[in-house]
Amino acid sequence: MTTTSPQTMYEKLWQNHLVEDAKGETPLLYVDRHLIHEVTSPQAFASLRFHNRPVRHPERTIATMDHNISTRSIKIDAAGEGAANQLRALAINCKDFGIELFDMGHKNQGIAHVIGPELGLTLPGTIIVCGDSHTATHGAFGALAFGIGTSEVEHVFATQTLRQNKAKTMKIEVKGHVGAGISAKDIILAIIGKTGSAGATGYVVEYCGEAIEALSMEERMTVCNMSIEFGAKAGLIAPDQTTFDYVEGKEYAPKGEVFAQAVVDWKNLKSDADATFDAVITLVAKDIKAQVTWGTNPGQVISVDGIVPSPEDFSDPVEKESCINALKYMDLTAGTKMTDIQVNKVFIGSCTNSRIEDLRAAAGVVQQYQGQQVVEGVDAIIVPGSYRVKEQAESEGLDKIFTDAGFEWRLPGCSMCLGMNDDVLEEGDRCASTSNRNFEGRQGRGSRTHLVSPEMAAAAAITGHFVDLNT
Amino acid sequence: MEKFNTHTGLVVPLDIANVDTDQIIPKQFLQKTERVGFGVHLFHDSRYLDHAGTQVNPDFVINKPEYKGASILLAGENFGCGSSREHAPWALQEYGFKVIIASSFADIFYGNCINVGLLPIKLSEAEIEQLFKLSADTQLTLKVDLPNNLITCGELSFKFSLNEFQQYSLENGVDSVGWTLDKLDTIKAFEAKMPAWQ
Repeated sequence: MTTTSPQTMYEKLWQNHLVEDAKGETPLLYVDRHLIHEVTSPQAFASLRFHNRPVRHPERTIATMDHNISTRSIKIDAAGEGAANQLRALAINCKDFGIELFDMGHKNQGIAHVIGPELGLTLPGTIIVCGDSHTATHGAFGALAFGIGTSEVEHVFATQTLRQNKAKTMKIEVKGHVGAGISAKDIILAIIGKTGSAGATGYVVEYCGEAIEALSMEERMTVCNMSIEFGAKAGLIAPDQTTFDYVEGKEYAPKGEVFAQAVVDWKNLKSDADATFDAVITLVAKDIKAQVTWGTNPGQVISVDGIVPSPEDFSDPVEKESCINALKYMDLTAGTKMTDIQVNKVFIGSCTNSRIEDLRAAAGVVQQYQGQQVVEGVDAIIVPGSYRVKEQAESEGLDKIFTDAGFEWRLPGCSMCLGMNDDVLEEGDRCASTSNRNFEGRQGRGSRTHLVSPEMAAAAAITGHFVDLNT
Repeated sequence: MEKFNTHTGLVVPLDIANVDTDQIIPKQFLQKTERVGFGVHLFHDSRYLDHAGTQVNPDFVINKPEYKGASILLAGENFGCGSSREHAPWALQEYGFKVIIASSFADIFYGNCINVGLLPIKLSEAEIEQLFKLSADTQLTLKVDLPNNLITCGELSFKFSLNEFQQYSLENGVDSVGWTLDKLDTIKAFEAKMPAWQ
C-alpha cells in the first residue's frame, strides 16, 4: 500500500469503494448493502424487466414494507388500495428477483433504517444506499450511507455500483458534555439551527467531539438521521468500541474470525488526526438546551425556553421572508413563549426516534407525571420502529405505561412522519412530533408540525404544551 | 433517456426559497407503480384550493395565464430539498418543464433531475435576481444551449457548467445502467479483492 496524505473518514470510505475513476466519467463506487421499500422501488424493477436485466447481487439487497403500511392492522390492504398495490408489487418483485423481504407481520419487519442496524445489516466501513433520504442514519456506524432516487435504485440493482461525485467534507465538533436531560435529538436540532437548513449542501459531515463519542448507538443514529435536514449528503460518526459491541452477535453481522478481522479494519476508518476538512463547525455541548422547531424547515428551531422569533430578527432577506411565511403557515405570533404553544396531536415514532431507547425515554417522562393522563383534547400515538422494538418494549412493560396514560400503542411503520398511510393530521392540527421534517403539509395538508425529542413529545402529550423539563 | 440539446421556452418565476419535495409532489400521490401520472399533482397544495384538486388557485404563479405553457422553472435557493423521491423530477417533467434554474439545489434532487433528463442549471444569486426581475416585468423566453453551456435572451447571456459526465449523459441520452454494465469485468475484479466481512 502506498503512503497517502492524511485522510478523513469519508475519503477512506471513498477510496475503499472506488471501483473506477475513468477520465471524463463520474467515479464509480461499490455498494455493499441496498435497502428497499415499496414506494421508491417499483419503477426500478419495471425498468429491469423492460431491459431484461437481473438484480446482480440479490443477497446484498434487503426489502421491507414500511412507508405505506397501516399501524392498526397487518392486513396488506388496511391502508387503502394504492398502498396495497405497492405492497403487493414489492412482494412480487422480491420473489421474481430473489430478494429477501420482511413483509407484513414478519418478525424482522420495520422501518428500513431501524431494522438495518438492529439486524446487523448495517456495518462500519460499508456503503449503504436506499431510496429514502434518511439513509444517512446508518452513518452512525461509520458507513457511508445516503438516499438515492429510483433511477439509482435501478443502477444498484443491475450493477451493485453507483456513480457519485465526491462531496466536500465538514467536521462538526460538539465539545464537552451535554447537560442532564438533553437528548441526541436536541443536539442535532441545535446543529441544524446553527448551520441553517441548507448549511451542509454539497458536504458529507462527520460528527465528533466528546458529546458525540458519549452517545449510545441509537443516539448516534438519531444524530446522523437528520444530516439530510441541513443538506448534507451523508453524516458519519467514527466507529469505536460502542459500535463494535453493538454490531457483535447481530443476526446478519459477521461472526468469529471474520468479525475479528472486520474490527481490525474498522478501527482504521477514523479520520487521521491531521486530516483537513473543507469546513469546520464547533458547538459547546453544555450550551445546548431542549429544542423545538417553530417554522416550516428544520433549521427554524429554538430552545424551549425561548420565544417565537420575529422576521426582524433575521438580517438575511431570504430568511426574513421564510420567517414571515412560516409564522403565517404555523399560525404563530412572534414573541410567544415556546412553552405557551398548545398542541392537539403527538406522534412518537419515525426512523429518527422510534428505537427502544427513545420509547424508554418517553415512558420515563410519562412516569414522572405520576399517573397523569394525556390531557383532554390531545391524541397521542406511539409507533415503534420495528417488530423487534415493539416486542422489546412490551417485554419491559412500556406499552402498558403508555396505554395506561392514554397513549395509543400502534404497530410499527413510518406512519405519521410522512402520512402515506392513514395516520394523517387534519388541517389546522398542531403536532409535537419526534420525526424529522416540519415542511408545510408534510403530515397532512394544512397541518403544523413541531419537531421535538421523545421526552418533549411525551411531556406535551400530558400537559398539552411544550415543557422545559430541565427547570 | 431523451437527448437534450437546446431548448427555448417561457420562464415561470417561483420566487420561494427552500421549496421541498413534499411541496413539489405531496406524499399521497406517491402510491403508484408506474412512472407516469404525477404531473397533474405537481405543487398540489399550492396549485389547488381544495384537497381533491378540483379548484385551481388563481394566485399561484404557475396557474397565471401569462405563464401558461412555461417550460423553464426559475426557482429560489435550495430547490428540491428534503426527500429522495424521484417522483419530484418526474412530476416537473410531466407537467412540461425541461429546465430548472436556481442559485442552489439539494444534492439528491439535482442528481435525480440529471438521471431523468431534466436539466438543472445553477446560476449565481445576482444572475437569478436579474432573471426574477425580468420575468416579473415581461414574459421572458430563454434559449438554453446545453452543448455550449449558455443561456441567452436577446442581448443577455449567462454561462453555466455541468459535471463533464453528466453533460455527456444528457446530451447523448446515455443509458447509465448499460454504460456501467459494459464495465462488468472491472466491477468483478474489484469484488474479488474485497475482504470477507464486506
